[in-house]
Amino acid sequence: MTTTCDVLIQGGGGAGCSAALHLAQRGLRVILLERGLVGGQASGVNYGGVRQQGRHPAELPIARRSREIWGRLKDLVGTEAEFTVTGHLKLARSDAEEADLIAYLDVAKQYDLPLRMVGRNAIHREYPWLGPKVVAGSFAPEDGAANPRLLAPALAHAARTAGADIREHAEVVAHAHDGARFTLRTKAGDDFTAPVLLNMAGFWGGAVAEAFGESVPVAPLSPNMAVTEPLPYFIEPNLGVVGGNVYLRQIPRGNVILGGGHGENDAAIPWSRPLPEVTIEATQRAVELVPALAGAQIIRSWSGIDGKMPDAIPVIGRSRTTPGLFHAFGFSGHGFQLGPGIGAIMAELVADGRTDIPLEAFRIERFAT
Amino acid sequence: MKVAVVGAGPAGVRAVERLVAAGLSPVWMDEAPDGGGRIYQRPPAPLARDARTLYGFEAKRATAIHDTLDALKPRTDWRPETLVWHIRAGAKQMQALHRGAQQRIDFDAAILCTGAMDRVIPVPGWTLPGVTTLGAAQIALKAQGCGIGRRVVFLGTGPLLVLVAYQYAKAGAEVAAVLDTTPFATKARAAPGLLLGGATFAKGLYYTAWLKRHGIPMVEGITPLAIEGDAQGVTGVRWRDARGREQHTACDAAGMGWGLKPEAQLADLAGVPFRHDAVQANWVPVRDDAGRTPVPGIYLAGDGAGIGGAEVAELAGARAALALLQDAGHRIDPIDTVTLDRRLAGLARFRAALERAFPFPAHLARSLPDDAILCRCEGLRAGELRAAARAEAATGPAPEMNRAKAFTRVGMGRCQGRVCGAAAAEILAAELGRPVPRIGRLRGQPPVKPIPIVAGAAP
Repeated sequence: MTTTCDVLIQGGGGAGCSAALHLAQRGLRVILLERGLVGGQASGVNYGGVRQQGRHPAELPIARRSREIWGRLKDLVGTEAEFTVTGHLKLARSDAEEADLIAYLDVAKQYDLPLRMVGRNAIHREYPWLGPKVVAGSFAPEDGAANPRLLAPALAHAARTAGADIREHAEVVAHAHDGARFTLRTKAGDDFTAPVLLNMAGFWGGAVAEAFGESVPVAPLSPNMAVTEPLPYFIEPNLGVVGGNVYLRQIPRGNVILGGGHGENDAAIPWSRPLPEVTIEATQRAVELVPALAGAQIIRSWSGIDGKMPDAIPVIGRSRTTPGLFHAFGFSGHGFQLGPGIGAIMAELVADGRTDIPLEAFRIERFAT
Repeated sequence: MKVAVVGAGPAGVRAVERLVAAGLSPVWMDEAPDGGGRIYQRPPAPLARDARTLYGFEAKRATAIHDTLDALKPRTDWRPETLVWHIRAGAKQMQALHRGAQQRIDFDAAILCTGAMDRVIPVPGWTLPGVTTLGAAQIALKAQGCGIGRRVVFLGTGPLLVLVAYQYAKAGAEVAAVLDTTPFATKARAAPGLLLGGATFAKGLYYTAWLKRHGIPMVEGITPLAIEGDAQGVTGVRWRDARGREQHTACDAAGMGWGLKPEAQLADLAGVPFRHDAVQANWVPVRDDAGRTPVPGIYLAGDGAGIGGAEVAELAGARAALALLQDAGHRIDPIDTVTLDRRLAGLARFRAALERAFPFPAHLARSLPDDAILCRCEGLRAGELRAAARAEAATGPAPEMNRAKAFTRVGMGRCQGRVCGAAAAEILAAELGRPVPRIGRLRGQPPVKPIPIVAGAAP
């Protein structure tokens, strides 16, 4: 059976579901094809950081746009997905790391990102539970965290309500383009056809690009995540460090969610899992930041699969080979905060033919050989 | 060849016995200080009592397991108080916690004898202090030499119900009532099959007769309504009898359980597929009759491979060890395997009859009131899970167990759904109008049980 629509989206992560929602709101007939359940991989199992501070400067305009959507998520999809503006505190554990934080203040200023340096004297006064290794921090008051398990399903549900056709358990096994229309065939043997295709398939976006003759060096990336039993609530801000080898946040329920390093995966299945030694290392780094975590019990650890680009920023924009094909994949661990904004931007690219957000840095041509 | 055995209950002991006899010296890990499994758990030395007092009719079997265990310790790399919390079947590594320290164990082949735990159906009030599982009530008596209360109600179904009640009464506790949710007629229908059990069946009859002779109220076909209590704990159990009359039994503690479920998290992490066993009403790891799984080098035995009881566990442990040895190129006596297989097949028929005599009362889970706590770790009420299955939820309906977990936190706490998982599956299945096998099972994630964060020099 062949189903026709205006826009096909491959990949039901946060970004893909947001694109479906924004396109459906503009009255376009959208079909989204997702191999598993929406938000099943990186979008659904990540740390849940809604962070702008520390991003690559090229990503900041998207992050700002996305943050605006996060702020009105409840109106957009009917739930705030537990988005809480706790602030994000990025910590330095050495002079060199402190210099890094200071250097970023200028970047933040250029993009109107509120950011405040917390110096050597203030840091332990304001956050008495931080360990002695911490020497300074920078605080982004607009940042926070949300529940990644809820975002993509909520966006998908809102997209459906707006008229989009979200197909789960619909794995795409063949791609074709006849010069005017794309035809995607699913494992169940159904064909879907449209003049526009959005490739938002995360790590697997590499294979989609490849199917249209533009190969990119994308690698699977599996964040190594863990969570403690509930503890009395005392860590308000979302915590990170320069270099990013550990990050942690506490939810009001009391659990501390922490990550750092990478797990193992087999993208072909797909299958991913944290590595025990990586989990143990991350807990040791976490207890260095917050000594009171010593003795807390880890009750679960998990991972998922994201796509990582060599320069750690995604591919976003028009295909170099195929008219009507747009890419947005390889978010390299940054997709959760960016997702809602990416969806809006992709809708602009498709429906308006343009967007105000500068996307030059993300062009797929940067990998052309 | 490096072989690792997890568990030193009846299955683990008999598996290691065969491995040692073949000249191997396995790494042998068990959570308890001195092995024995839950069924033959040994009390700490100051509480030691004679085997007859501790294990009753099972004394001979318990003593044999303990003696074999003790004789095998010096011939293996014996590691008690060791929690294996992760396994990587491809990399052939296990990760364990031993007295607060992390250990990595490399292996070529492994036998997982990880046992079982009580299957629980939440009842309004089940989180009050003084409510335990039947198994926990028994462990308290066996290993700690104390009871869960002075006047105790035992509630649920299955062979353990009358056994624990008998043990409490013998130990001097007042058993206020034994409330069995299975109607007499169901058990009567299964009686011909139960006769296959011989001595095991006879023991069950003996416990029942003894309890009746001592005037202990035993009621069949009841429906639990609530465990009642105040800040001090349990004050009584409210229930409905088979004729629909509401009853109340005063007590200061309640033990409850509805059969057992495999503790199969390690098999799950190892990548062993699971199937839903309709007779047991449990998800069980896939294995052949000898204990081989589809994952190379991973063997299963005992209740962790599907509930069979202690006698089956001993035979299955030996059988899995022979399978491992055979696969590794050792010569094994074919008579040996044929004998074990025949005995296992005979016991399987009895087990099937037992499951028919005490079927899992899914309707009790399904009818749990909306305001009753379902997932005690997360304080989640039954109605909140039901709401997540409905289309008007902001996230859309949860079509399967892991989505329901993601949306509601059911099974996301300390126990990772080991306690509430079976009941949660029934509730979600009922709300979605689908059979339990269709809504899947909670995926295992490491660690198998909580592990502490330990300060150490970060690399």
